[in-house]
Amino acid sequence: MIDLLAGFVVELRNAGIPVSLTENLDAMEAIQHIPIEDRDAFKYALGATMVKNNSHWRAFETVFEVYFSLRGPEYKLVDGDESELDAMWREMQEQQQGQGEGKGAGGGGMEALTPEEMMNLLMKALMKGDQGMMRALAKQSVQRFAGMEPGRPVGGTYYLYRTLRNLDLEGMLEKLMEASRQEVGGELTPLEERLEKDEYDSRIDQFKKEIEAEIRRRLVADRGAEAMAKTLRKPLPEDVEFMHASRDEMQNLKKSLYPLTRKLAARLARKRRHGRKGPLDFRNTVRHSLSYGGVPADPKFKYPRPAKPELMVIADISGSVAAFARFTLMLVYAIQGQFSKVRSFVFIDGLDEVTEYFKGVEDISEAIHRVNTEADVVWVDGHSDYGHAFEVFWDKYGKDVGPKTTVLLLGDARNNYHASQAWVVKNISQKARHVYWLNPEPRSYWNTGDSIVGDYGTHTDGVYECRNLRQLEAFVEKLA
Amino acid sequence: MREGLRAENYLADEGIAGVVFLADRLGKPVLVEGPAGTGKTQLAKSVAEMLGARLIRLQCYEGLDESKALYEWNYKKQLLRIQADKSSDSWSDVHDDIFSDEFLLTRPLLEAITADDPVVLLIDEVDRVEVETEALLLEILSEYQVSIPELGTITAKQIPLVFLTSNNTRELSEALKRRCLFLHVDYPELEREKQIVMTRVPDVTENMADQIARIVRSLRQLDLKKAPSVSETIDWARTLVLLGVQNIDAQQAKETLHVLLKYQTDIAKAAKELSAEAKK
Ligand SMILES: Nc1ncnc2c1ncn2[C@@H]1O[C@H](COP(=O)(O)OP(=O)(O)O)[C@@H](O)[C@H]1O
Ligand SMILES: [Mg+2]
Repeated sequence: MIDLLAGFVVELRNAGIPVSLTENLDAMEAIQHIPIEDRDAFKYALGATMVKNNSHWRAFETVFEVYFSLRGPEYKLVDGDESELDAMWREMQEQQQGQGEGKGAGGGGMEALTPEEMMNLLMKALMKGDQGMMRALAKQSVQRFAGMEPGRPVGGTYYLYRTLRNLDLEGMLEKLMEASRQEVGGELTPLEERLEKDEYDSRIDQFKKEIEAEIRRRLVADRGAEAMAKTLRKPLPEDVEFMHASRDEMQNLKKSLYPLTRKLAARLARKRRHGRKGPLDFRNTVRHSLSYGGVPADPKFKYPRPAKPELMVIADISGSVAAFARFTLMLVYAIQGQFSKVRSFVFIDGLDEVTEYFKGVEDISEAIHRVNTEADVVWVDGHSDYGHAFEVFWDKYGKDVGPKTTVLLLGDARNNYHASQAWVVKNISQKARHVYWLNPEPRSYWNTGDSIVGDYGTHTDGVYECRNLRQLEAFVEKLA
Repeated sequence: MREGLRAENYLADEGIAGVVFLADRLGKPVLVEGPAGTGKTQLAKSVAEMLGARLIRLQCYEGLDESKALYEWNYKKQLLRIQADKSSDSWSDVHDDIFSDEFLLTRPLLEAITADDPVVLLIDEVDRVEVETEALLLEILSEYQVSIPELGTITAKQIPLVFLTSNNTRELSEALKRRCLFLHVDYPELEREKQIVMTRVPDVTENMADQIARIVRSLRQLDLKKAPSVSETIDWARTLVLLGVQNIDAQQAKETLHVLLKYQTDIAKAAKELSAEAKK
């Protein structure tokens, strides 16, 4: 057990979850109070002692599944619980007998089912939300469809895909909905449709999770926990690269953005309120001292109020860097109170001002949606042309750049070998207070291929690598 | 544990019950974090009731300091004492006297530490205090003792069960988190939310509770500025019961959405979604 736990902690750390020594010890102590066969209690004990950040929970769960998937009675591999399966199957058979559908009868277990019988069984399990049956069917589906072979070096997603392709769960959803309609005699109101669909969606989702879990268990049994953990290792949301996020990761990123902006805003507001004590304001102190009979009992300080900067954001929103631009804009607008004014411009090969989209909206993501759909950013062919976009900016808005302006340029500076027009950045930088460039690409890619970030960068106060939320947050905090 | 909490009308899931159980066994504080209105404060209250312990609550706010959290000398009373005895006693007698228990104003933290009876200490919304106050809390939760210069060190007679709640408006210090068991409380699953509605709104039918929980779940899947919390679900259930609704249709849902959602844009969005034909 101790060994297993030690390996588990190493893997948590590998996954980026910081586990301190005390926490490790706490975990050891905690599990002494837990009956070892209670897998869920075991999980929560480890979680509560070692994971102190909710956005790390998913990563924790994955590692946990890998390390402890072969423990606990109901989680054994198929060989071990044949009997449980059989019992369930027999029960179903008996129920079906009346309808005379028992082709695979004779107590041969689930293996003997025809595909149609199995789909019928699945439909019934989903209709009733029968957890045990769903789990049994998930196991059976993997057994039949995944085509898993020991030692074969393919990942879990491949097996998942093969299994799901054979199950046609989309079609199943339709059938379930149809059955619900039949039940009430034909029609559901739109509201009922929605609620019914939500319910089946969630059950099907659960069924998919059972399938994933089954595949994982088999892979762990085949390859061992360490090897499996390694292949499953995924970056934490704050470390996911904007440019390579999968849809799922994007979803998680979005989720962690909101609490992050709230925290950032609170932190900045606090910073503004405190820690801004300037030198003693002598005159003011004396003036107040009069009410204390001349004793300077209530010293007054000068509060230096540095003028809030005016921010101009100029962002490339072409395909590869769109997500990065979106997150940066969201972050900037979430803390717009820190600036006297925020204006934003987006471009691909043409450039458009989108400041208006953000005016008076409660929901920043709505504004972003408009930016992506309505802004007029294509000039010739919709391939990034920084040079032309910058020229347009300079012609139209160059006059608005002033000594209080901070300009943020966002993009990978992959210019498709167009002219750079770097003189625009130089001119901007002569007029503005600060100019920064944020690049979502890893530093080692800069100035390779058609990236010319160096040409622009020399005229700025700095080029910053912002590959992930962590780096972006750090930059924005410094900026405000 | 779950059963015990249920008896106090608190519906815990396995995670919540498990962590509370451990906190009790290990004598460690629990940091409960999650969106507003998901039952974090209520959890501490219900645990206290379940254990038959006295609840001592420290409500945090920005600017909370030692004198409000821990203890303070009762200056007024001290001054009166000094005035009254001007002639008779020597200064050192007076000094000893005015810095005694009688003149000490005990605040929640000290009260929890000095209690003889079983107590549950709730430090509510800890994310609202400044970093310095957080350090003070950490010190007390690590040592369970307080040193008062004029009185000496007071050590806890028992280690109370401690809950800290946070709405996560700022990151708490690593040290504090390390000290605590961590519990994230999120919006409940369908079945649990239904049970919560049924325990908290006595006149609601099971059928109604089920519909309410389903509609709320559906709304939480929308991209809203502020998703409905459990307390809003409960408010909504009460409203519907008052209106005598037996079966919620789209129209009734729309007309009462303002109980559930706080932002105009959210209400508009939800109203649109609830009556829209289901997407294929
Ligand atoms: N699990 C639960 N069981 C019973 N009631 C709950 C539960 N969760 C929330 N509630 C109810 O929801 C309301 C809000 O809870 P509260 O503890 O104030 O939320 P928080 O402190 O998380 O903001 C309370 O009225 C509480 O009774
Ligand atoms: Mg609360």
